[in-house]
Amino acid sequence: MAQEVSEIRYLNAPAIDTKRKKYCRFKKSGIKYIDYKDPEFLKKFLNEQGKILPRRITGTSLKYQRRVAQAVKRARQLALLPFVTDLMK
Amino acid sequence: MHRFKRKLYLLINFKGIMNQYETVFILTPVLSDDQMKETVSKFKTLLTENGAEMLNEELWGLKKLAYPIQKKSTGFYVLFEFKAQPELIKKLETNFRRDEKVIRFQTVKLEKYAIEYAEKRRNKQSNKEA
Repeated sequence: MAQEVSEIRYLNAPAIDTKRKKYCRFKKSGIKYIDYKDPEFLKKFLNEQGKILPRRITGTSLKYQRRVAQAVKRARQLALLPFVTDLMK
Repeated sequence: MHRFKRKLYLLINFKGIMNQYETVFILTPVLSDDQMKETVSKFKTLLTENGAEMLNEELWGLKKLAYPIQKKSTGFYVLFEFKAQPELIKKLETNFRRDEKVIRFQTVKLEKYAIEYAEKRRNKQSNKEA
């Protein structure tokens, strides 16, 4: 009986491993312009040190990754976002 | 090639091309309210007198800077949205540089989607005030 249970568990195990597919949030929600004046939104694309997160993690498409980077850099220039910090959030 | 480009540029300009721009600048926090307003209106008249069309003006007020600029940790943010000819930007920026009350400025040209976004934002802002 106990063995049967473990067998079932084994069969179900791969479900834990299946990754959710990443998607580009700009393409999905139809955002065409990324505003540099909104630091709260841009913070979603930064890590704790204030570095821009790679596409590999956020799933942003290349086109919008470029624009995110542009917006973040503009915001940094205006001191809306820091160039470097520790523990931003 | 360069000369040709310059010529072409002048030709287009002659027809009076107007781009939409957006400028954010930061004033020192040491100013009094009147001094601040005076400086803002000074730049506004500079724009309007040189044939720019003001679309929007926002005073964000005293905000904390993400990092110190000229040893100051706060600044007074001002946003201008306007339509102007490209030469005017140079003039505006030299004036920003000359004015020591301005500690940071940034002018951005808006493209198609940015203009759309700016309009939406402006409408939202005016609804809030109303």
